[in-house]
Amino acid sequence: MTGKVITFTSGKGGVGKTTATANVGAALASAGNKVVCIDADIGLRNLDVILGLENRIVYDLVDIIEGRCRLRQAMIRDKRVPELYLIPAAQTRDKSAVSPSDMIRLCDELRPEFDWILIDSPAGIERGFRNAVAPADIVVVVTNPEVSAVRDADRIIGLVESEEKGPARLVINRIKPDMVKRGEMLSVDDVLELLAIELLGMVPDDETIITGANRGTPVVLNGKNKAGQAFINIARRLNGEEVPFMAMEEEGGIFGRMARWFRRPQ
Amino acid sequence: MSATVQIKGIREGLLVTLGEGDWEDVQQALLVQLDEQADFLSGARLAIDVGNRVLKAAELGRLRSEILERQLGLWAVLSESPTTVQTAQTLGLATRITKPRPELTVARPETTVQGGEQAILLHRTLRSGFSLEHPGHVIVIGDTNPGAEITAGGDIIVWGRLRGMAHAGANGNHEAVVCALDLSPTQLRIAGTIAMTPQRRGKPQPEMASLKNGQVVAEPWDPKKAK
Repeated sequence: MTGKVITFTSGKGGVGKTTATANVGAALASAGNKVVCIDADIGLRNLDVILGLENRIVYDLVDIIEGRCRLRQAMIRDKRVPELYLIPAAQTRDKSAVSPSDMIRLCDELRPEFDWILIDSPAGIERGFRNAVAPADIVVVVTNPEVSAVRDADRIIGLVESEEKGPARLVINRIKPDMVKRGEMLSVDDVLELLAIELLGMVPDDETIITGANRGTPVVLNGKNKAGQAFINIARRLNGEEVPFMAMEEEGGIFGRMARWFRRPQ
Repeated sequence: MSATVQIKGIREGLLVTLGEGDWEDVQQALLVQLDEQADFLSGARLAIDVGNRVLKAAELGRLRSEILERQLGLWAVLSESPTTVQTAQTLGLATRITKPRPELTVARPETTVQGGEQAILLHRTLRSGFSLEHPGHVIVIGDTNPGAEITAGGDIIVWGRLRGMAHAGANGNHEAVVCALDLSPTQLRIAGTIAMTPQRRGKPQPEMASLKNGQVVAEPWDPKKAK
């Protein structure tokens, strides 16, 4: 098999790149794909914490690249799902420990063994970003419906275009339907109008994301919740399925939803 | 070999001038030279003059990573080709060194906008961080997003939404105009005058901004008034 490399990036920090990487990775693995997540945020690693694998780290990305261990030794297997692995970032080094061609070489080594290779990019547009994007087949830009995040996403999309990585795809994270309805938050349409790229998914703001992160359990592994469902949908779309976008302003539980079904044809 | 690649020291670092020839060969020659003189060059910042070559982002990007891997920095790409200059700018590289190049002043004595001065056409979305400086006119087919900047010696025409910064008549031409299908720039400059766009009222419509009595005035496009 020839794995595809997806890089999650954003420019701005704190929009949910790591959360998206962890959840999409877990969702793809739950669906039976063989997945490896690479934390490219050297010096500020997080992905291991979100996945709850921090205490199992022995070797890291820099150890692989500098030849102190074999690839297999640095991969941590997540036991909750069939085939999900993590290559953690080094915490004691910085971005300059890795070069873009190191990342390309590493991913080429992983491609034959995995269906999906997910890379969690650091914030910013410097070396760390270029490391993360260099091996990517698909670049997913994560943003929030806020002007500053959208502005940075726009810049990132421009940089991805100039690296000739093909069109980036967009995930809008942390949408608050109530605020959008009151006209106090940018809507999905507002964001799409400005960024003008293909929408891969929209994720509602959900408190379970925070509790999940604290416990080290990605929400997709944790039963029913809206954010988890949104990430599962993203994973299905990456696998080529046509999944309709979730309605954001769902209300009134199952009856409200049924009422909406009946109203829709008008 | 040494004829194609010339390296000399300047105040800002090293200036590399690449001669004629196939890009791949010249690039190879440069890299060989960098390897040979690795000890001498270590840690240097390079500015590379590529002449009038038209280079794609991928080519410049590859060159930059090759240079990075040799523990050197690439900070500027100089070129006579507007396309290459633009590509370098998208990659975040400088395109001029503080001292103006002598050939540049000879090649372009002065830039007057009248008389069919050359224009540059961009058929794409200009995103945040994009910056273009051109002595002639600039035509954009697509949107210009907030955070993008266009500086033109002549007029600026945007067939799309103009929401970034536009500076027309940058060399002091008071006759310059800025037209857009939706003229809502973060800032608009014509010659030495700066204006901010007022809050839009109602539906966007094609507008043209020009200088009238020292003020930037935007008027809806009226076919009857067009000369």
